[in-house]
Amino acid sequence: METQMFITILISVVQISIVLSLVALSVPLLILMERKVIGFMQSRIGPKRVGPSGMLQTIADGLKLLLKEDIIPDRADKWVFRLAPMIVLVPAFVAFAVVPFSGTGLNVFGQRITPWVTDLNIGILFIIAISSVGVFGIILGGWASNSKYPLLGALRSAAQMVSYEVPLGLALVGGLMWAGTASMVGIVEAQREAHLWFFIPQVVGTVIYFMAGVAETNRAPFDLAEAETELVSGFHTEYSGMRFGLYFIAEYANMLIVAAVATTMFFGGWLRPFPNVSWLAFLDIFNFILPGQWGPFMSGLMWVIIKVSCFIFLYYWIRATFPRYRYDQLMSIGWKWLLPLALANIMGTGALLLWLGQTG
Amino acid sequence: MFRTQEMEINMGPQHPSTHGVLRLKLRLDGERVVDSWPVIGYLHRGIEKLSESKEFIKITPFTDRMDYVCAMSGNLAYLGAVEKLCGIKVPEKAAYIRVIMVELNRIASHLLWLGTHALDIGAMSIFLYGFREREMILDLFEAYCGARLTYNAFRISGVPADLPPGWKEECTGFLKLFRQRHREYEQILTANRIWLKRTKDVGYMDAEHCLALSVTGPVLRAAGVARDLRKDEPYAIYDQLDFDIPVDDGCDTYARYIVRMAEMLQSVHMVEQCLEKMPSEGPLMGMKGRRMKPRKDEEIYFAIEGPRGEQGVYLISDGTDRPYRCKFRNSSFANLQALAPMVQGGLVADVVAIIGTLDIVLGDSDR
Repeated sequence: METQMFITILISVVQISIVLSLVALSVPLLILMERKVIGFMQSRIGPKRVGPSGMLQTIADGLKLLLKEDIIPDRADKWVFRLAPMIVLVPAFVAFAVVPFSGTGLNVFGQRITPWVTDLNIGILFIIAISSVGVFGIILGGWASNSKYPLLGALRSAAQMVSYEVPLGLALVGGLMWAGTASMVGIVEAQREAHLWFFIPQVVGTVIYFMAGVAETNRAPFDLAEAETELVSGFHTEYSGMRFGLYFIAEYANMLIVAAVATTMFFGGWLRPFPNVSWLAFLDIFNFILPGQWGPFMSGLMWVIIKVSCFIFLYYWIRATFPRYRYDQLMSIGWKWLLPLALANIMGTGALLLWLGQTG
Repeated sequence: MFRTQEMEINMGPQHPSTHGVLRLKLRLDGERVVDSWPVIGYLHRGIEKLSESKEFIKITPFTDRMDYVCAMSGNLAYLGAVEKLCGIKVPEKAAYIRVIMVELNRIASHLLWLGTHALDIGAMSIFLYGFREREMILDLFEAYCGARLTYNAFRISGVPADLPPGWKEECTGFLKLFRQRHREYEQILTANRIWLKRTKDVGYMDAEHCLALSVTGPVLRAAGVARDLRKDEPYAIYDQLDFDIPVDDGCDTYARYIVRMAEMLQSVHMVEQCLEKMPSEGPLMGMKGRRMKPRKDEEIYFAIEGPRGEQGVYLISDGTDRPYRCKFRNSSFANLQALAPMVQGGLVADVVAIIGTLDIVLGDSDR
C-alpha cells in the first residue's frame, strides 16, 4: 500500500518536473521565435550571431540577466519589491497543471502516466482563477518600486487586467455550454463526440477570448502597462537582472497559457482537424512512424504544439502590425464592446442549444 | 481620509520618445495632463555666437549640425542668405542639383518622422520600413557628397561637383520604387482603425493659434493655411517646377500625417522634373576665389521651406568676411511652442503622439 502511494507521488513529481521544464524551456524558444518572426516581417534578419543562425541568442540573454547586478532602489519597499516577480511567475506556471498536452497516456513500468498533471473537473475555472493572481505581482511591483513611471504602468495594468478578465471568462462560457464540462480533458472529449471543433459554433467567443487574452497578457496592441514609448517600460522600469527576467518569463508563460486554453477550448486540443473524417487519419503521422502507445501520444502532442504555435504566431503578427491603443480607448473597448458581445454570445449559444435539443 | 494629489513627472531628457533631449515637465491628474513645461537647451552648442568668429564659408558645416535630419535644407538656407548678402548668382545647373538634394532630403526627413511617430504610437514595423527607404536616399547622398548625415554638400555660389555617373539612373529607380513603398505605408496606416483613433482630434490646433505662435510647415498647412515658401516666395528654381501644396483642414495629428504623406509624393514629383529639366552642361560655381566682400551694415533675411517649416537665416555684415551677427530662425524652436497648448488636457499617450506630430529636432531648436 505504501509503495503504491510512493509511486503515485513519484509519478506526479516526474510529471510536474517535465511540464515545468517544458514550459521553462519553451520560453527562450518563444522569445527567439518572436525576434525571428518580427524580424522577417520588418524585412530584417533578427538574431544571427550566437549559435547556428542565432539559436542560442536568448540563452545568452538569459545568462546575461543572471549575471547582472540585482539593483533594488533605495526607497523601494524591499520585501514587496523582491516578492512581486515571484507572484507573477508562480501562477503562470501553476496554471499549466491542468493543460492536456496530448490525448493518450503512456504505460511505463506498468504505471499509467497521463499527459497532463491533473484533470480537475473545474479545469478552466482553475486556470482563470490562478492566472488572475498574476495581476497582483504587477501592481505590487509597480507600487513597491516607489517611482512614478512604474506606478503609472501598474495602475494601467491593474485597470486593464481587471476589466479584461470579465470578457475573457464570459467568452469561455459559450464553449463550456457546448462542452457541458469544465474539465480541460472533458472539453476535448466533448469536441470529439460532437465531431466539431467548438470554434465553429463559437466564432464570436473565440475572437473575444483571443482579444481579451492579448489584453490579459499585456501584449501589443494592448501593451499599455509597459508601453515603452510612453512609460519607458512601465511597471518593471526599476527592475533589473533576473527579477526583470522573471517578469519576462511570466509574460511568455502567460501567452502560452492563453494559447493553450484557446487550443483546448475552441480548437480541439490534441485532436486532428475533422476528427470524424476517417480518410484524414493519415494526418496523425506519428501513428504510422512510432510503435504502440507512442504513436497516438506523439500525434496528440504534435497537434497541441502546432495549434499553440499558430496562436503565438498570431500574437507576433499583431504586434508587428498594429499601433497601440490608448488607455481610455482600451477601457471603452473592454466594457462597451467585448462585454456586451460576450453576454450576447452566451444568450445566442443558449438559444441555439435549446433549439438543437428540441429538434435533435 | 483619502485624498488625491497631482503628480509631477519628468518626461525626458532621457526618454525613448522625446526625440532627442527634450525635457517635458508634466503635471498629471491620473493619466490626464494638467500642465506642461517644455525645457530645452540640453543640446545648446552656441552655434550662433560661434558663427560670429568664423568666415562665411566655415559656417556651413555648423548648419549641418543644427537640423541634422535635413542638413541639406540647412545648407541651402544659410548659403542662400550669404549669396543674397553678397549678391552672388548661382548657375542654373547648380541650382537644380541643390533642389534635387533638398527635396530628397525632405523625403528622408519625412520618412524619419513617419517611422518615429508611428513607433511612438506603437506601430513598430513602419519604423523599419521607413528606415529601409531612408537608407537608399542616404546612399544616394553618400554617392554624391561622401557623407550620410552632415553633408556640407553645397558651396557659396554653387555646388562643388556634378552628379556622379549613373547617379541619375539610380535616383530615378529609387523614385519609382518609392512610389510603390509609399502606397505600402498608406495601406498600413491611413485607414487603420487604431491609427485613426490615436491621431484623430489629438493635438488640435487651428490656424489662428498656429499663426499666433508662428508655427510653420506641415503643422500650419494641416490647419488649412496654404503657406509654403516654395510657392509664396520662390527661391532657387522652384518657380520652374510644377507642384501642389498639400493642405488639410483637420487641424489634428491625422491631418498632419495626411499632409506630410502627400508632401513626400510631391517631392518625388519635383525631383523627377528636376532630373528631366536639368541642363547637362554648364558651370557649377558662380564665382571664383574665396573672399567674401559684403557691403558694410547690410542686413538680410532669407528663408526656405524646410521639411519642418520656415528655415530662415538673418545675417548682419560689418564689411568683413565674417558675419557681425548670424541668427538662425529654426522651425523646431518655433513649432515647439505649440507643444504645451496641444498636450493640455490630453492623456500621457497623446503627449508622445503630439511630440511626434510636431516633428521636432532638438539640435535644431537648441542650436
